[in-house]
Amino acid sequence: MTAATTTFRWREPSILPGFGLALGITVTALSLIVLIPLAALFLKAASAGPADIWAVASSPRTLAALKLSFTAALFAALVNAVFGLILAWVLVRYDFPGRRLIDAAVDLPFALPTAVAGISLAAIYAPNGWVGSLLAPLAFKISIPFTDLSFGFDGKVAYTPLGVMVALIFIGLPFVVRTVQPVLEELQSDVEEAAALLGASRSRTIFRVVLPQVLPALMTGSILAFARAVGEYGSVIFIAGNVPMVSEIAPLLIVIRLEQFDYAGAAVVATMMLLISFTLILGGNLIQARARRRFGDV
Amino acid sequence: MSDTTLPSASASTKPRGTSRARGESPAVQIVLIAVSLAFLLLFLLLPLVTVFVEAAAKGWEAYRAAITEPDAQAAIRLTLLVAAIAVPFNVVVGIAAAWAIAKFEFRGKDLLISLIDLPFSVSPVISGLVFVLLFGAQGYFGPWLQANDLKIVFALPGLILATVFVTFPFVARELIPHMQSLGSSDEEAAMTLGASPWRVFFSVTLPNVKWSLFYGVLLCNARAMGEFGAVAVVSGKIRGLTNTMPLHIEILYNEYMGAAAFAVASLLAGLALVTLVLKTLLEWHYGDVIAASRHH
Amino acid sequence: MSVAVTIETIEKRFENFPALRGVSLDIQPGELVALLGPSGSGKTTLLRLIAGLEEADRGRVLFGETDTRELSLRDRRIGFVFQQYALFKTMNVAENIGFGLKSRPRHERPSKDEIRKRVSGLLDLVQLPGLEKRYPSQLSGGQRQRVALARALAIEPRVLLLDEPFGALDAKVRKDLRAWLRELHGRTGHTTVFVTHDQEEALELADRVAILNEGRIEQVGSADDVYDHPATPFICEFLGEVNKLPVKVVGSQAFFGDRPVLGGLSQNQGGPASLYVRPQHLRIVDETPLALPGTVEHLRRNGPIRRAEVAVEGLKKRLEVDLASQVAPAIGERIRLRITHGNLFAAA
Repeated sequence: MTAATTTFRWREPSILPGFGLALGITVTALSLIVLIPLAALFLKAASAGPADIWAVASSPRTLAALKLSFTAALFAALVNAVFGLILAWVLVRYDFPGRRLIDAAVDLPFALPTAVAGISLAAIYAPNGWVGSLLAPLAFKISIPFTDLSFGFDGKVAYTPLGVMVALIFIGLPFVVRTVQPVLEELQSDVEEAAALLGASRSRTIFRVVLPQVLPALMTGSILAFARAVGEYGSVIFIAGNVPMVSEIAPLLIVIRLEQFDYAGAAVVATMMLLISFTLILGGNLIQARARRRFGDV
Repeated sequence: MSDTTLPSASASTKPRGTSRARGESPAVQIVLIAVSLAFLLLFLLLPLVTVFVEAAAKGWEAYRAAITEPDAQAAIRLTLLVAAIAVPFNVVVGIAAAWAIAKFEFRGKDLLISLIDLPFSVSPVISGLVFVLLFGAQGYFGPWLQANDLKIVFALPGLILATVFVTFPFVARELIPHMQSLGSSDEEAAMTLGASPWRVFFSVTLPNVKWSLFYGVLLCNARAMGEFGAVAVVSGKIRGLTNTMPLHIEILYNEYMGAAAFAVASLLAGLALVTLVLKTLLEWHYGDVIAASRHH
Repeated sequence: MSVAVTIETIEKRFENFPALRGVSLDIQPGELVALLGPSGSGKTTLLRLIAGLEEADRGRVLFGETDTRELSLRDRRIGFVFQQYALFKTMNVAENIGFGLKSRPRHERPSKDEIRKRVSGLLDLVQLPGLEKRYPSQLSGGQRQRVALARALAIEPRVLLLDEPFGALDAKVRKDLRAWLRELHGRTGHTTVFVTHDQEEALELADRVAILNEGRIEQVGSADDVYDHPATPFICEFLGEVNKLPVKVVGSQAFFGDRPVLGGLSQNQGGPASLYVRPQHLRIVDETPLALPGTVEHLRRNGPIRRAEVAVEGLKKRLEVDLASQVAPAIGERIRLRITHGNLFAAA
């Protein structure tokens, strides 16, 4: 912003008209549609009183729902970070038949309504679905000796936390690809040539030279995918099974509290979700800003 | 003479992208392409195809019946109505926001941009919840609304408010960077030639940004028609009255009317495909003028 | 350490554009050679071919006796300084310079201490001591250039290649670095090839200059060779300002119209030709034989040199004439010009 240095000025002079009208419309609409309603949410949550807030926030069902939403979103973001990066790389670097078609298809989750995606994923991964029926025989369970830790796969995806992840992977993928892609396109080829001539193997060039330059964008994209996944509702509820404490996501818990006319309870869960999400997004932006300061125009 | 030559003089003739130092081995390339294709197939294409396959599962008659029965027709009409109100509203606000932000320098601009983007990071369910908290039976304005026999939640106004909330950033977000990159010199020139403000806007500014505006409208509309979470919270899901297409799909699906659910879903999937095709065409032809921010 | 580089009849096409059409060049160990030419002449392609970044369609490049087609990029041991430096911006200066050493297979890799010592030695060599911890974004253009050079030298290259080494720098820094690079080459003695489109830079810096035009080397030689005895009209024009006169050669004399302007020619077989004369090779004289009459039409100063533009009857373009310090003709004055040196090319 280039505000005046000597005297305070609300805005720089301009011969163009309409500043007042345009800003007025914007701020009014923003306040009525977004800001005041969000403020009402925080107000409602706060009005519940510390004891009630604590009761809602610390209830096992709330914690289980938040834990599922955030861990499933995190896991989905990690899967998308890996495959989104590979996909972006393939789309930018390689030429193969159908490349442009695939490039366009990446945006499908942006365009396909979440409820449509939800019932479709549920049908595919249900035990009698196309993929679900293939996975059913693959059930396994691994226990780690001398501990009570064990993990396994009982052959089911739909109606389990795995199903939640599948839906979150679906909706998050384009965020990673579309954030990383332009950065990959703008990478200068001479840097990779320099590394090769200095004797670096191709994998060393990629991991030490190329990926560090892509990392800030990859993090941004993953955080966007994560933030979207935490709040996602439509594509998840059909495949999740919605078993309380097991596969019930936080947004669904909000809906359930609302249906029980527990407005304060809904507001508290919603506020917790928003605060955690905003903190994560802010953190991501700070990392990005720091990288830019140090490495120049990354 | 030698001191004035530009560094780019010979850089421009440098062959591009053919270097031996830059590629992976063919085997690695094939593996990576195969992994990408498999991933896309499993997570993106399969769900899309499934919609149409399941929709056709019970035959053409069942399909036709599912989308022509009165409740489905009401849902389609309601979805179109909500989008027909929410999208123009966001176009007006988006243009106003872009005009204020791109053409003027003022304090608090960065904050304003962040606030416009805010709905992107709010869960759709919360986007609906906030209106229930304001206008619901136990909401802040609930008693007053009831006293005056007005209904917002569980009625059309609530659906529109929730939809406007979730689609709020779409148009502004495409227009702001484009108008910023264009600068104000065209408008200033028109002003000095004596054109009226509205004439400047409609004959100079609007033609300059029409493709990014269309792009923003396209994405805004897709989200408005497909929104589920926010609308689910404020709708009350009264069949034939406050049921939009996505909500109608949910009800059918929960009532084990899978083929009917997928039939209605196929309409929305068709809308998504049209949106994707138009979006892709816009990017191919006007990619340089449309904002680089292709996400959301 | 330094090797001879032999380039044998290289041909290279990009799609339908022939970048190099049969280029051969022998470079001695320790020699400093400039590849000079206008954009699109193929000079950068040739440099990238020597480096191994491009593959030739035909022909080969030898390092000493070794055919480079048998060498991997790592085994070629090329120090390459890119036009835009190509520094790794997520690594600091020390990591940039040490990158090549750390990329060696484990059994050839120096110890961490050894690498640190080498890096600091190289920073001293390029006169940037103590900048180990800086990032490329925190350096000036000239500093980046020198870090790029130190990084290239770190792998003890057999051949040092520089692509427009001064192209991205402003005029003042460019002049300083030129002298410094010359001196550095004298000390380290690497076989060095650099690409430039700046004839002044090439002539000042290089032991020998190879001049490329449209994918061919038109002439190779020392600065004096190519400047005083250009092999082709292209080189003559490319290396500096030059006046062009259509002449006819009869016996040992060249005639402009029916007036003899240059004598003492030996090797010409006679007939129509073009006579190229640089501004400093035209002198105002009093006597008539072998002189060209003209009218001073314009006077101007070009840095330290005064210039006269002289109109000559029968010539469309005015002649550019450098004036000796004691001569001061007036505008409109009739003068006579003697050609002290010229290059004659038979008309095509």
